[in-house]
Amino acid sequence: MTLNIPSFNLASIGPWITLSIFAIAILLADALSPKGNRTAAPLLALAGLAVAGFQTISLWGKNGLDFARMVYVDNFSLFFYMVFILGTALTVLISLQYLKDYGKNLAEYYALLLFATVGMMLMAAGAHLIMIFLGLEVMSIAVYVLAGLFREDARSNEAALKYLVLGAFASAFLLFGMAMLYGAAGGTLFLNDLPGRLTAGFKPLTLLAIALLVVGFGFKVASVPFHMWTPDVYEGAPTSVTAFMAVGVKTAAFAAFARVFFLAFPTLMPDWTMVLWVLAVATMTLGNVVAIAQTNIKRMLAYSSIAHAGYLLVALVAANQLGAVSLMYYLLAYTLMNLGAFGVVILVGRKKDSYLSIYDYAGLGAQHPALAAAMALFMFALAGIPPTAGFVGKFYIFSAAVKAGYIWLAIIGVMNSVVSVYYYLRITVLMYMKPAEADLGPINFAPAVTATLLLTAAGVVLIGVFPGFLYNLALNSVKIFPGL
Amino acid sequence: MMMDYVWLIPLFPFVGFLINGLLGKNLPKNVVGTIGSVAVGLSFLVTVCIFAQVLKLPPEARHVEKVVFTWIASGPLQVQAAFLIDPLSLIMLLIVSGVSTLIHIYSVSYMHDDDGFYRFFTYLNLFVAMMLILVSANNFLLMFVGWEGVGLCSYLLIGYYYEKQSASDAGKKAFVVNRIGDFGFLLGMFLIFWTFGSLNFKEVFALASKYPVGSGVITVITLFLFIGATGKSAQIPLYTWLPDAMEGPTPVSALIHAATMVTAGVYMVARCSALYSLAPISLTVVAIIGALTAIFAATIGMAQFDIKRVLAYSTVSQLGYMFLACGVGAYISGIFHLMTHAFFKALLFLGSGSVMHGLSGELDMRKMGGLKKEMPITYWTFLLATLAIAGIFPFAGFFSKDEILFHSLVDGKAIYWGIATAAAFITAFYMFRAVFMTFHGESRVDHHVAHHVHESPPLMTVPLMILAGLSVVGGFVGMPLIEGAHVFRNFLSPAITPVAHHAAAHPTAAFEIFMMVFSMAVAGLGIYTAYKMYILFPDLPTAICDKFRTIYDLVYHKYYVDEIYDTVVVEPIKEGSNILWNVVDAKGVDGVVNGSAGIIAYLSAHLRKLETGFVQNYAFAILLGVVVITGYLIGR
Amino acid sequence: MVVPVSYYLALSVALFALGVIGVLIRRNVLVILMCIEMMLNAVNLAFIGFADYFKAVDGQMFVFFVMTVAAAEVAVGLALIVAIFRNRATVYVDEFNILKW
Repeated sequence: MTLNIPSFNLASIGPWITLSIFAIAILLADALSPKGNRTAAPLLALAGLAVAGFQTISLWGKNGLDFARMVYVDNFSLFFYMVFILGTALTVLISLQYLKDYGKNLAEYYALLLFATVGMMLMAAGAHLIMIFLGLEVMSIAVYVLAGLFREDARSNEAALKYLVLGAFASAFLLFGMAMLYGAAGGTLFLNDLPGRLTAGFKPLTLLAIALLVVGFGFKVASVPFHMWTPDVYEGAPTSVTAFMAVGVKTAAFAAFARVFFLAFPTLMPDWTMVLWVLAVATMTLGNVVAIAQTNIKRMLAYSSIAHAGYLLVALVAANQLGAVSLMYYLLAYTLMNLGAFGVVILVGRKKDSYLSIYDYAGLGAQHPALAAAMALFMFALAGIPPTAGFVGKFYIFSAAVKAGYIWLAIIGVMNSVVSVYYYLRITVLMYMKPAEADLGPINFAPAVTATLLLTAAGVVLIGVFPGFLYNLALNSVKIFPGL
Repeated sequence: MMMDYVWLIPLFPFVGFLINGLLGKNLPKNVVGTIGSVAVGLSFLVTVCIFAQVLKLPPEARHVEKVVFTWIASGPLQVQAAFLIDPLSLIMLLIVSGVSTLIHIYSVSYMHDDDGFYRFFTYLNLFVAMMLILVSANNFLLMFVGWEGVGLCSYLLIGYYYEKQSASDAGKKAFVVNRIGDFGFLLGMFLIFWTFGSLNFKEVFALASKYPVGSGVITVITLFLFIGATGKSAQIPLYTWLPDAMEGPTPVSALIHAATMVTAGVYMVARCSALYSLAPISLTVVAIIGALTAIFAATIGMAQFDIKRVLAYSTVSQLGYMFLACGVGAYISGIFHLMTHAFFKALLFLGSGSVMHGLSGELDMRKMGGLKKEMPITYWTFLLATLAIAGIFPFAGFFSKDEILFHSLVDGKAIYWGIATAAAFITAFYMFRAVFMTFHGESRVDHHVAHHVHESPPLMTVPLMILAGLSVVGGFVGMPLIEGAHVFRNFLSPAITPVAHHAAAHPTAAFEIFMMVFSMAVAGLGIYTAYKMYILFPDLPTAICDKFRTIYDLVYHKYYVDEIYDTVVVEPIKEGSNILWNVVDAKGVDGVVNGSAGIIAYLSAHLRKLETGFVQNYAFAILLGVVVITGYLIGR
Repeated sequence: MVVPVSYYLALSVALFALGVIGVLIRRNVLVILMCIEMMLNAVNLAFIGFADYFKAVDGQMFVFFVMTVAAAEVAVGLALIVAIFRNRATVYVDEFNILKW
């Protein structure tokens, strides 16, 4: 008997290895360095992300599988690697001063961020449902800990616990779905094999599996009715972690969602698109409507994040090339505009989140014009007003829906974005058209946060005015889905 | 070739916006004002040069597209940042940049004492840049960018005096109502892309011409686009924001809410004439909405005492005329009226601004009167504009309004003509009422204001005089009757696709003359009525009845007609318009808009209670989702 | 004697349902975590049953990963419960509702 060791190329998971090593190095450096010296951790994290970024770029253009068919090395995953790396790097930048103010600038925070990023990459590149599950859990467990970072704060505790209990609950459903799929497919979980193995005889089992996968992914992307954790967790978690959750977790979940559904179930499209249609409408509508009643900016952004999950679900429902492209484009745009908005929230919140009510933004326009202008830009981008990236993204998504024949879905989507203008605009109105109740006092413009704001603001405008480059990248990436 | 530099037209104001926005706070006011005005003036110069060049081209070659860069290049969807130079966009560019330049100059003086001077010019320049993009875009998406951009600036400028609650509320209202319209525009655009696979005007119109008249999809597209137009151009039912928009500074009302932005809807309909001409149902809707808005807003205008609100309702009403023209297929007449209206309405607003300036910000016409002597230039220019809007020969408004009335009878239905004529009568009446109450009669000015009533400085009066000149001669480009003299129509017609059956209508010259005389007579009657009521009537009782009792009776009987007229016609109309204003406007149309917002707010307040904070309720929601989705997928 | 796969599945579904009910009705967070464990183990059972039926090892591999992940999840969960207990002196989930609406 010969032992057959499959050949593999470590370079194809280079970014994962790099980030893991750097994360461990951060923990070790913290353990070995003299007490109180914590400047190394964020720098190491950024360095690790930079190296991973270069590795990702050098992998660009590869197209295939590695590690015994467990890992995809293709442009679709690499595109998302870049989005994750960008999102994590910007999160590191906005965290620094914020955590210092809380006395919580801990090395493990940065290590956990990197581990979570590795988990996201697993999700985007997994070619086997085990990989996707593993990635989901690696990411989630790290984020559970991050959400509870402020151990002494009852709100942070509560957020973390709610997230953990519900996350594990939803994961169980996801797993059950995978088990059913395993049975329906006759003993395989490779995404590439699934379409051929899902025979008609097991259709009920397959449909059950699809329903449960929708639940599992729906939870992570915050789709109605699995969204209930979002506002509470977003409000209670540290603001920088909320930003990370809003962009990173959602993006990774959508990457896996799209990959699994587009690759594994193309023949069952009529079934699952109907379900997602309803979820998309419910998610957009509930998110936008309830956001109007919110007065806490983090909670408002949580509902805005739910609403955006709805828009992104529209792209999944469209299930055509433009839909997949719009999904990728919008997730990148969303990463930029949402991180920018949270950056402003952190700056305005000042020491220990003292100013989180939307009324604390009154008079910002007069006292800190540049900051207010940045916030206005992000709000307009989130509302989808041209020529920002948010508009182009929405335009792509709704065009995809119209092209796929879902005119009503597009109409509902556009109506929803009209509703959303109300609460995004309210922030702008408060900033520019209401006098401040009191002097706002100085805002500590930490260089890292300022840099993030400049970067995201420039990005939001730039990819809004010149979306062609990104579009081509994304188009190049979605060629892997033969069913579209 | 000058045409290669067409991108300079929006670029100049944009650069002005950047300079003023970034550095304006630290620059002296004169510099800020000069930068703002020169930026727009340069755009106007470039436009004039291009216009001169285009005139040299043969008419069929007057369609040039200049690509700056490819904005969205994505397989089926190719959208360029490109400018379209054709007669229609040129006319619009000339109007926008020309009128803007005058209003910028005016504003330098008008806004001089304002603390936010640089902010004002920043927004104003951004507005002009966006408006120029709107009218010169070669595709729907770029047009939409301008469309949204002007909406944003309009909102910023209406809420300019943000210390005032009413101003910031008005700004918000304008933005939200406009977004409702934009949603129609956006959907229309998606449908266009879906149907034709392109958003470029030329390609879309070429493909559309292969569709039969009355094609369903084109009807739906045009109706959606028209929803966008009702929002931006303040037509029923989305007009409510415009009167409130008068909270902004007066030059803003003149530029954005009278001369340029609100006409974007008319421009869009004319631009899409190739689509509208294929959709008779949509055209009928456009015509009906236009005619109804024209009369509805005019009646409301009679009951207002705030001079700017009178002008605002008059704007809504005149926009209705333009849509009526488009609706009966007379797109060119619509654009013609758009142009003349830009001149005289900008002038009216600037004139009212000048009055405000002289009266320390007074807007109530009951506290004016007799200003003729103190403010002669303002008075005469205002009067010329009023004659123009009333449609008196040979002022600009006469030609354009007459054309619309003519076409609404010949190409449309008698009822359109009837409504439009009634509206013309009312327009003449309330505009002269405004003139008489403001400038004639005895002064009712407050005492502490009265002694420093003064004429405005030259920087303000010169633009008034230029606009007055245009209001007088602006109509001559559309001289009727004389063969070949209708320069405007000949220039514009290559850019417009007429409705198919139109060639048939060729009435005699005598009929045309009769129509002109008739519309003049109607306008004259309106003016006469106003004269009777606001000049003669107040003096009669006191002066005559004491001395000459018998003569007084005679006079009384002589004016018996007036009395009847007053009680039977004017009072009910006034009452009616009061009721319309109070009930329909405040509760009805506003109610629908506010009501839907209210429903959403109500839902919002109650749906949030679902979020109980108990983790097990959340888990239950997840389970519910599982059961429903599984049940649906397996059960069906 | 061979146990048919449907028996495994029936037991798995029953266990899973019990776990779900436990999560929904128990007040103590510790018990809720245990119930989640039960759900995960129900899934494991299904995987084993299928793996045996199809003679494919993927399912058995999956079980190991699920067990590992579950252990990690519980570790984090217990740590959080300790932190919460220090702040609030309670482990009943219905008392954690500062964050709402």
